[in-house]
Amino acid sequence: MIKNKYLILRRISQISIMVLYFGANAWGWEFLMGNLSSSKLLGTIPLSDPYAVMQMFAAGAIITADIFLGALIITLFYSIIGGRAFCSWVCPVNIITDAANYLRRKLGFNQIQKKQPATRNLRYWVLFISLLISTLFGVAAFEFISPVAMVHRGIIFGLGFGWAAIVVIFLFDLFVLKNGWCGHICPIGGFYSYVGRFSLIRVKHEEDKCTLCMKCKEVCPENQVLFMVGKSSEQVLSGECTNCARCIEVCDDDALNFSIRDLINKKEN
Amino acid sequence: MKKEIMTERRKFFLTVARAMGLAALGGLVWSAYIDEVTASELMLRPPGALKEEDFLATCIKCGMCVEACPFDTLKLAKPGDNKPIGTPYFEPRDIPCYMCTDIPCVPVCPSGALDITKVSTNNQLDINKADMGVAVVDTKNCIAYWGIQCDACYRACPLMDQAIKLEYEKNERTGKHAFLKPIVDTDVCTGCGLCEHACVTKKAAIFVLPRETALGEVGDHYIKGWDKSDEARLKNAHSETTKTELSKEKAIDSLNDMGGLLDD
Repeated sequence: MIKNKYLILRRISQISIMVLYFGANAWGWEFLMGNLSSSKLLGTIPLSDPYAVMQMFAAGAIITADIFLGALIITLFYSIIGGRAFCSWVCPVNIITDAANYLRRKLGFNQIQKKQPATRNLRYWVLFISLLISTLFGVAAFEFISPVAMVHRGIIFGLGFGWAAIVVIFLFDLFVLKNGWCGHICPIGGFYSYVGRFSLIRVKHEEDKCTLCMKCKEVCPENQVLFMVGKSSEQVLSGECTNCARCIEVCDDDALNFSIRDLINKKEN
Repeated sequence: MKKEIMTERRKFFLTVARAMGLAALGGLVWSAYIDEVTASELMLRPPGALKEEDFLATCIKCGMCVEACPFDTLKLAKPGDNKPIGTPYFEPRDIPCYMCTDIPCVPVCPSGALDITKVSTNNQLDINKADMGVAVVDTKNCIAYWGIQCDACYRACPLMDQAIKLEYEKNERTGKHAFLKPIVDTDVCTGCGLCEHACVTKKAAIFVLPRETALGEVGDHYIKGWDKSDEARLKNAHSETTKTELSKEKAIDSLNDMGGLLDD
């Protein structure tokens, strides 16, 4: 098996989605048109960002059938394959924050500062406030400041000062807060954490194989979800897991693997 | 033991207060920005766009109208453009709207921010119904108003002699020439900006502004009594009666009232 198979697949997935969008704008490809806010697959299937649609609804916009259907398709898709799979397999900002994280590990920042000075629940606050401001001001509030949208729109339609968003997120994650943007602030991640709460594809930990090397926890961008490592054999059920599969790749003991959610066991509990 | 409970409780209140404080600070900065950025009204939207306020709420910023535009007229506002970010607009002096009869930018809109019914008559697409803005002439800097023959805007207009008409007038200065002054009919003008694009002056002397910015509004107190359709507006008119207290003093006394006018 190729080392870092999933990482390579994720980068291919992230980059090819952006290339398809870019091609639609630059060369008129009709495979995937639009951007991550809303798009059309194969010229017929609508897809829309359900969080953006929620904000629009809060802002008092009339939601068309196309937009509603698109948001429904995306919500169903991620509620099955793991909500935050969006974050690690689609979102281009993930490449920036992963780079910052990689550098953090290489420079040993994580040894200097072990405890992070902010709570990961911040994103749910941002999510709540975004809906509040959307209601009060009648516009989709987060969409107007979203660095994620600046980046994906920038890649597709021209960056403008969007490069500043890229630099700021990178530096913030590198120096200020570990997993700062994706793991603490981004309300899209917060939203998809809710969506993926009951998703079927889950990482499973087998305690008897674990040698407690803790490589998984070191590499995991949401390492609170791996609380069971070395303690008990169970599935990672937290919606905050991004299904990025980094833990699976770094594990030399085959103690972590993808699995299907154990629905029967769940009922017994 | 009791002391421990106290510190725990204090910790809890402090955490809550801190969270509230952070939320308030963040919310304030955030809403101030939103308020500021959505206040800019000088944007020309694609054909069929809803009223600016509704447009900002409804547009999902997907850019499919921009992709559909064959002339690269439409752009998505980028960071640094000082416009509501991610929303489509155009600048006619660069590239005007060429008024495609099949209006490719409107049917692709998934959110209804570009409303197909606003650019159709009897379920047929009709680009001449577009109201992206309205052309305004700066008569001091328009060379046609100086007496130099130009008519560039007049001929560029896709609704020639309807949206821009030429008014002939004798040039008293030379005594033998005519002014050919361009006049915009704001009812017909679609705001495509072909005139602004064609204008020969250094900075265009005819330019497109959003209708809300460029046009006044009469209100219900004035009605064209000679126009049946305008009289229909009377239904909207509401009457307000105001009462002014009548003075008890005689009118003629006001002539003797020097109050405040004379020094003692």
